[in-house]
Amino acid sequence: MSGSCKAMANGTAVVVGDVSVQPMPAFRSSVLEEGARGGRLVSLFPMEGPDGTLLFAFVAQDAMGTVALFAGALGSERTYPALTAQWPQAQAFERDLWENGGITPEGHPWLKPLCFPSLRSGQTIPADYRYFAAEGEEVHEVAVGPVHAGIIEPGHFRFQCHGEEVLHLEIQLGFQHRGAEGLLRNAPAPRRLTTAESIAGDSVVAHTTAFALVEEALAGAPVPARAHALRAVALELERLANHAGDLGALAGDVGYLPAASFFGRLRGDFLNLTQGLCGNRFGRGLVIPGGVRFDADPGWIDGTLKALTVLRRDMEDTAGLLFGSASVQNRFEGTGILYKDTAELLGVVGPAARASGCGRDVRQDHPAGYYRFAQVPPQMLASGDVYARAMVRWLEIQQSLRFLEDNLPSLPSGFLRVEAGTRQPGRIAVALVEGWRGETVHAAATDASGDLAAYKVTDPSIHNWMGLAMAMRGGAISDFPLCNKSFNLSYAGHDR
Amino acid sequence: MIDLLRARLRQGYRTQPFPPATNPLPERFRGLPVISSGPCAESCQTCMEACPTGAITTDGGVKLDLGKCLFCSACAEACPEGKILFSQDYALASTSREALVLNGEGIRPKVEALQGEMKRLFGRSLKLRQVSAGGCNGCEADLNVLSTVGFDLGRFGIQFVASPRHADGIVVTGPVTRNMASALRATYDAIPAPKLVILVGACALSGGTFAGSPAVAGMPTDIPVDLYIPGCPPHPLTILDGLLRLLGRLGK
Ligand code: SF4
Repeated sequence: MSGSCKAMANGTAVVVGDVSVQPMPAFRSSVLEEGARGGRLVSLFPMEGPDGTLLFAFVAQDAMGTVALFAGALGSERTYPALTAQWPQAQAFERDLWENGGITPEGHPWLKPLCFPSLRSGQTIPADYRYFAAEGEEVHEVAVGPVHAGIIEPGHFRFQCHGEEVLHLEIQLGFQHRGAEGLLRNAPAPRRLTTAESIAGDSVVAHTTAFALVEEALAGAPVPARAHALRAVALELERLANHAGDLGALAGDVGYLPAASFFGRLRGDFLNLTQGLCGNRFGRGLVIPGGVRFDADPGWIDGTLKALTVLRRDMEDTAGLLFGSASVQNRFEGTGILYKDTAELLGVVGPAARASGCGRDVRQDHPAGYYRFAQVPPQMLASGDVYARAMVRWLEIQQSLRFLEDNLPSLPSGFLRVEAGTRQPGRIAVALVEGWRGETVHAAATDASGDLAAYKVTDPSIHNWMGLAMAMRGGAISDFPLCNKSFNLSYAGHDR
Repeated sequence: MIDLLRARLRQGYRTQPFPPATNPLPERFRGLPVISSGPCAESCQTCMEACPTGAITTDGGVKLDLGKCLFCSACAEACPEGKILFSQDYALASTSREALVLNGEGIRPKVEALQGEMKRLFGRSLKLRQVSAGGCNGCEADLNVLSTVGFDLGRFGIQFVASPRHADGIVVTGPVTRNMASALRATYDAIPAPKLVILVGACALSGGTFAGSPAVAGMPTDIPVDLYIPGCPPHPLTILDGLLRLLGRLGK
């Protein structure tokens, strides 16, 4: 790691004044060098201050378990040569800087709106946006959305096809943009918490844990071990529910209804376990800065362990049906391949990355909280197709079941929560959490009076939507629903 | 095939009767709040300050607007006198917006069943088009769950359909972002009249945690609403209960 950065551990804060601020050309080359050494861009955002605008970049070094923080001084012209030209994984971050921060990354190969925050641009979508178009004889275009056929969040998909074959898929989102980051920075404390819960409603525990870790790091709060443990329990239950739901949805999409209905029901059983713990199926109300609000009492632990034995048996039966059916495998194998080098290039995270042979998992690479004591090695496959994304989920389901069976009987004792305390002035903090969909990142910085001067959320979907677009290239348009479900990305998490 | 049958037998019949014989919700579930009547200690505003969404007002006794409430129970935790409690009662839907503003004097959400022609048209078969307009996928998830084997919405003649032109009504989730306002309007317009409008979740009812955000337009005020279903997100039982009451399919 170069001397121009500050090496941080997941879930910690440093003094902003201790980070060496580089002029933009040097900032840019040191960030790119860090990337060339295997780093991944986990966050990039500006902070406006009395001395001008700073650009912060967090680059994760998975092999070392550190996150390198770089700071660049942006001049008053508010432009700099784009990172994306050399490092594609910066593409969404730089589009966000451009549309939300009024900063121009010059030479960005495809500088187009990410979320159309209507305030700044005054535009609406998709009326005045020009989609990428392929030309040629027999090339045709298919447009889908924003309102889809099922109960699904809105987004627009524009396919350029030659017959069945997809030449190019452009995914334009932003319909879900609610201004969450603005509220996370400026709203009163109770509302900041409920906003963190609502960034992506299927990833409540992942987002609230990252939110709480950042608050706690900025305030220097000593979070009790039992709170960390209960957050991990809830995070694994969230993973189980969503992975089970995803396997069911994949089964449904290829018309294999028994597995679809069994997994659908099993998903609900996991949600109900979470509801028993904290009163809400999605884990709302559990995680707060300073700890958790509800304890796992002996009755809940007992009941959960008993339920897990039955759930494990039913899951194994159902997975056996799904993965043992030749017609299902025929549809899963070789469909929607995301090659490893593309996944690396785009910085894809989560099960989608692990299914393409990229062995990243925050729980293993950057353990924070309870994961410092409980090992969760990444589950990987190499084929990058729908089959691999389904199988990685099944492997992770078994791993999460084991995690709960092993850890529930011996959770650390002690307090549930401490007063989170007040944020220290002039600090910057980052937290990474491996949600079921992948790496979920919150980062924030305080000004001289301890108020928030910047707040940045990176849902795993920010990286992965482009991965889905690439996986569709050369595939059949009729495979899109299946391929889309195998990624199952968040619209709201992307749009914030 | 043998494995399939074996698994089917083992997993058994999973559709739950509705209404359930006993309330299946756990002790920590937060349903209808119960507010004790009587005045609070002078100038105490603890609950108001704890509330993320401004759902509570305190002049002349505690008033709690279920349309804004996220059921976080921060108010109950904060109140020094324990005047606010959350029950396991999941019947929260209401045809009247006013009836969602609870006080200590027995106001509770109330569903007036459809009457006359509307009842004749929709009472036994209701097709709904769902539009997520900034929903975080919480409400959407619990709407989707209604079509799984556990709740089996289809047995009541209610179904979510793909095209607004096939629909009898629209179910809106989310705070209605500026970027979804025109798509929501177009979908609403495409549904043939007479049509029902059902709002699901705190965001659709009031903006929820996103109320007042510059990126949010809010539910258009010129669209008349037939049913409000509070919650963040509403439990599937809350949604099902509301729909069936609206259709006059549940007793008093
Ligand atoms: S439970 Fe409802 S009224 Fe009480 S603090 Fe939470 S949002 Fe406000």
